[in-house]
Amino acid sequence: MKTQWTELIVFALLFVGVSAIGFVASRWRRPGTMEHLDEWGLGGRNFGGWITWFLIGGDLYTAYTFVAVPALVFGAGALGFYAVPYTIVVYPMLFLVLIRLWSVSHRHGFVTPADFVRARFGSPILALLVAITGIVATMPYIALQLVGIESVLKSMGVTWDLKLGGVTLNLPIIIAFAILAAYTYQSGLRAPALIAFVKDTLIYVVIFAAILIIPSQIGGWGAIFDKAQVVFEGTKSPADGLLLNANNQLQYVTLAFGSALALFLYPHSVTGLLASKNRGVIKRNMSALPAYSLLLGLIALLGLMALAAGTKPIGTDKNTIVPQLFDSMFPDWFTGVAFAAIGIGALVPAAIMSIAAANLFTRNIYKEYIRKDASPKQEASVSKIVSLVVKFGAVLCILLLDPQFSIDLQLIGGVIILQTLPSVGLGLYTRWFHKGGLVAGWIAGMGLGMWMLWLIGNPVTGKQHFAGSAFPLEKWGLDTKMTIYVGLVAVVVNLGVAALVTLVLRVGKVADGVDATRPDDYFADEGDEKKPEEDEKTVVETVSST
Amino acid sequence: MTAPERTPPPTAGPTTSGRSDRSGWNWLLIIPVALPLLPFIYNSDEPRLFGFPLFYWLQLAFIGVGVAATSVVYLMTKKKGGES
Repeated sequence: MKTQWTELIVFALLFVGVSAIGFVASRWRRPGTMEHLDEWGLGGRNFGGWITWFLIGGDLYTAYTFVAVPALVFGAGALGFYAVPYTIVVYPMLFLVLIRLWSVSHRHGFVTPADFVRARFGSPILALLVAITGIVATMPYIALQLVGIESVLKSMGVTWDLKLGGVTLNLPIIIAFAILAAYTYQSGLRAPALIAFVKDTLIYVVIFAAILIIPSQIGGWGAIFDKAQVVFEGTKSPADGLLLNANNQLQYVTLAFGSALALFLYPHSVTGLLASKNRGVIKRNMSALPAYSLLLGLIALLGLMALAAGTKPIGTDKNTIVPQLFDSMFPDWFTGVAFAAIGIGALVPAAIMSIAAANLFTRNIYKEYIRKDASPKQEASVSKIVSLVVKFGAVLCILLLDPQFSIDLQLIGGVIILQTLPSVGLGLYTRWFHKGGLVAGWIAGMGLGMWMLWLIGNPVTGKQHFAGSAFPLEKWGLDTKMTIYVGLVAVVVNLGVAALVTLVLRVGKVADGVDATRPDDYFADEGDEKKPEEDEKTVVETVSST
Repeated sequence: MTAPERTPPPTAGPTTSGRSDRSGWNWLLIIPVALPLLPFIYNSDEPRLFGFPLFYWLQLAFIGVGVAATSVVYLMTKKKGGES
């Protein structure tokens, strides 16, 4: 494919500009010292409403989302629209939950969800499980951001490969991630926070232009839906269509609901949340973040536009459908802007995710098991180095393994992160569960989830395992063609086992961990006294001696 | 926590006891959680709006319901809780 020079030049200019911002970000809202995890990893815990909106918006609605959701709608129709109910349900559902998480973290200086579990249930083992789950779920997500960049590079005809032995390395992706790694190392969470302004502005401009321009070129909205309908009727697959059918409604609802439950269990979401300065900022953002849901809904419709316009993906890679649509509809220079929006859109979440994974390692593995007396300065420097390792790992994942592997892993990631719901989510409300019960529930949910995903095949593509998250209930002997989201089934079993084992352990009077939090911690706000360092130390020591 | 500007004066004790997030307004939040999870409400082509089938325009409209509910709850509980 020919290299599109105009597009590439616009793309490169914007990319370089944003990278410069990333490096300068370390001076923005300049801290006294950068050598503290609160500064490097949480941007000073002091972001107001606007910054938080851009940061969390840029964090949750990733480049991969913007590429994959329309690709899903392009392939399956209505089912791919689940992203809309998913991102509507999440904010009102978590409105009251997230402020509790913020408050208790504010009081105790927690940086990760596992920090909270450690203190709440007095169990380093449970915290370790939560931390590892978080890291494993996040890693492929970072790798997938590269898939987002890759799809636009492909559309621009950029295939500057470097052949090294038997391995083909895509040079531009390596350069992009090296720059990203460098400024995240230097500026920490401030870099993605500042870049998110540029990224989101570009995305809003591009999508509104697309919504205004593209329908008029292919006969208006009514025609788009009608033409898409014709295409769906022409396919052999019974699962696609403009509307849901009797068999995939349960899947649609459970996937939307399960994904909503999982969203704020991801460590990078928590990182964005804890960086805000008070409860009011979070509450206001629960009303403001749905603006991104509207954007996502409109982006999802790009999949139908591509169907109506007869856009063809490059090869079999459906993820190139949106770049290809832009390429055929926009003037070259604006296509360059649109591609830059997607490319930069990959950098913001990738940076936050690597920071979140690094913080988990530092706080819940390094400090817990390797160096118990690590100073804040040591914590910050370990985190910085781990963030580099994490990004390096993500690049290797994409370069050396089949990209499909990362997509599978991300699918699994959604199911496994949900298994931390009882300890992280319900733990914010109740201390009823026994730490042993939660560990048992985690094992059960994890095992069942993996087993169900393993059983899911796709007869059309010939893939036998991990071909999706829609579990056919007929595999359990039920006389139905209905499918259900694996994650939700697994977490229900997880909860059941956790409750059962808790009861058994209580009857057996097995010692439980000590709760280091107090009820009023969950209502603390900006300006409320934080627990003094000494106080917290004593509590932690008590806990570990239990 | 070691940054000097954020260490509060030792005399300021915890003042959050007795606080609560409880409010009757919170029940409003159930509406935007329930509506999008009931496909029989919106899983239909007709009536169309600006060419959009019901399935698409109604679900996009639910975003507005979500914004309204969270905004009302925020505004109505703000004074009681003393939060900004």
